[in-house]
Amino acid sequence: MTLARHTGAALLVAVVIFVLTIRLGPFRDYQIAEVAAYVTAVAGLTYLIGLSGQISIGHGAFMAIGAYASALLLLHLHWPLEAVFATSALAGAAAGGIIGVAAARLRGPYLAGATLLLAVALPSLADKYAGVFGGDQGLSVSVTTPAWLGVSFPPTRWLAWLTCAAALVTLVLLANLGRSRIGRSWRALRDNEVAASLAGLNVARMQILAFVVSSACAGLGGALLAVVTDIVSPGNFTLTLSISLLTAAILGGLGSLAGALWGGLVLVFVPTYVQDVATSHGLSSAASSNVPIAAYGVVLILVMLLFPSGIQGGLRRLLGPVAPAASAPFNALRRHAPASEHQEEGTT
Amino acid sequence: MKRTHRANLALVAGTAVTAMVIAACGSSGTSTPSSSPSAGASSSSSAALTASAPGITATTITIGSHQPLTGVAAPGYDEIAPASNAYFQYVNAHGGIYGRKIVYKFLNDQYNPTDTSTVVHQLVLQDNVYAIFNGLGTPTHLAVAPFLNAQKVPDVFVASGCECWNAPAKWPDTYGWQLDYIREGKILGQYVAQHFKGKKIGYFSQDDEFGMDGVKGLDDEIPKSQVVARQTYNPTNVNVGPQVAALKAAGAQVVISFSVPAFTALLQLTSLKLKFSPQLVVSDVGSDPTTLGGLLAAFGKSKKLSALTSGIITDGYLPSLGSTNNSWITLFKKIHAQYIPKLPFDGNVAYGLAAGYTFVQAMFKAGRNPTRQDLLNAINGGLPQGPSVAPYAYSATDHNGITGAYIAIIKNGALVQKGPVLVTDTSSSGAITPYTTAQPPAPASGIPAP
Repeated sequence: MTLARHTGAALLVAVVIFVLTIRLGPFRDYQIAEVAAYVTAVAGLTYLIGLSGQISIGHGAFMAIGAYASALLLLHLHWPLEAVFATSALAGAAAGGIIGVAAARLRGPYLAGATLLLAVALPSLADKYAGVFGGDQGLSVSVTTPAWLGVSFPPTRWLAWLTCAAALVTLVLLANLGRSRIGRSWRALRDNEVAASLAGLNVARMQILAFVVSSACAGLGGALLAVVTDIVSPGNFTLTLSISLLTAAILGGLGSLAGALWGGLVLVFVPTYVQDVATSHGLSSAASSNVPIAAYGVVLILVMLLFPSGIQGGLRRLLGPVAPAASAPFNALRRHAPASEHQEEGTT
Repeated sequence: MKRTHRANLALVAGTAVTAMVIAACGSSGTSTPSSSPSAGASSSSSAALTASAPGITATTITIGSHQPLTGVAAPGYDEIAPASNAYFQYVNAHGGIYGRKIVYKFLNDQYNPTDTSTVVHQLVLQDNVYAIFNGLGTPTHLAVAPFLNAQKVPDVFVASGCECWNAPAKWPDTYGWQLDYIREGKILGQYVAQHFKGKKIGYFSQDDEFGMDGVKGLDDEIPKSQVVARQTYNPTNVNVGPQVAALKAAGAQVVISFSVPAFTALLQLTSLKLKFSPQLVVSDVGSDPTTLGGLLAAFGKSKKLSALTSGIITDGYLPSLGSTNNSWITLFKKIHAQYIPKLPFDGNVAYGLAAGYTFVQAMFKAGRNPTRQDLLNAINGGLPQGPSVAPYAYSATDHNGITGAYIAIIKNGALVQKGPVLVTDTSSSGAITPYTTAQPPAPASGIPAP
């Protein structure tokens, strides 16, 4: 049932995206593809933090793992894209499993520190093993538009379709997971680990699972970003990226998939928009190039002051009485979490 | 004379029109057919200016670039695009290119390939630029070279010495400009091999294409037995203590450094701390005396330390900024003082001005109403030597730019040339020969002849 509803919503979004990609220009299509890549990664992260209560400042590293996996597969084995994306997600998941084992033993700032280390250290492996990973200049990734679309089909529109399809599949799966027994278990241990453990939940196992799921999303997001930007190099996966993912998740509203979408939109559109405004007002290059960074900070501060629970949380509060469905997941969870656990197991 | 169907062009009165008329007359006086590769309507000097290609209108040529305007690579490098833009403004004020004004839109990519990809897609797909000019950085530009070639957007004069831009079969639209690091390594290596016979030599290089290409050139010239240590650094790790200690332990008497300015400074300050004082040889990229001196003073927290630049052996492919009798430097100083007086007059500014000049050369040669292919044809036909001390390599089969440099020693914050300009190729067997033809002076107008 839930699966059908989520799939229906995804199909609706797919139609909207389809119309947008046809009506907007090629650069907007490129930006839509970028948003899809970020949303995929942020969605996983927002579940990790918002649902399971663990933090990661190193999700850029999982994106790097997925991106390098996809680049190597495309470069050497020429796999079809679906297989490449699936494998990249698996590569992210595998790495997440390993980190998750360590993460399950760490709490709060210690976990933040450990994941931070990952974000800083991992990209330099590409320099260390330059023979495989191409060193500082990285590996180039190229995706050709399929022949059946015709030669004059805009490549960026194809990219937008490709990445949005992958992102939507991820979101549907995540939405179902969040409504399932697993999602409820995560919320339980987020709210009170001791209580969750007393209720019979294996806390460490559920925490590792949260890491696996969220890093699988990051791995896929990395693969999507790789095909969008045509290149995978250490410079793509700086600490800034990891922190941007975190801010996007917080800005959008932790634990909310719609929030992940808001976060992705902010990440992609705010800098470009502000830069355009700054240059069109005749600011010098030194000034206009710093304005987007400042604007990003201002947006972050404003959202935190006005909507402490993120953009999606703010929308819920504003539209709350009119649209109760928006807050339904949380209420539903509280209402029948313990009772219906076994009945809903099959929905994932 | 000039005919146009646009009524609003009549508003462009006074100096602008006069300048355009002068430009048009100037071009009719010279032998346009030979310099224009595509004979036809576009080469006729009386033809109306048309929107002959994306990014070109009857009045403007819009080009774009990606540059590190903020972030780690910004200090120094953020002066390059404003300097190129200053040269374009100078050309615009003196008649433009066949009357068209250059609009240069350079966007910040923070030296991050993801951002590079975004801004270049924006420039090509949304802003419809005619060409990407002087995009800065190896890893950054590698992210967009395949896209630009797939879109057939001229990708001219990349601001990186990677030999990878010279791939006419794979990337017909991409052209290098500055002296590539292999040639540079060979020229520096030959000097060291000749002047420090039997001395112990150590390498200090960045662990990417830049360092590797440089070392490849050095190894072509320096006997392997003389090299006692090969140290590399990663630009994200500012602790170079272990590398410097290893160079010292190996007893290196000469250290050759393929480093960016910040790491040349770190190498010097760490050496000072470890009481290690080899003869330093630094590639052009990491030795601009103004930038390096500033970094030494800032990192070491003492103004006196900027004097450490003295005695460094380096090379230069543009005339030394200190030479008072060089017409190019005179021209550059004039444009600098008029358009970008707030920036220091250093190697980065000279670089940007010189690259801008080369673009204007190529655009004049591409003809009055150029297509994108006309620009490629113009460069493939070779460009006359401009502000660089050695000629360009450009041909249909060679997309490298400047082919040589002179050896110099830094003295009182300026390069002092030692010996002749040396030219070579990128092969390991290619000879290094003196280039004795005198550099042609800058045109009196400051603008290349069409």
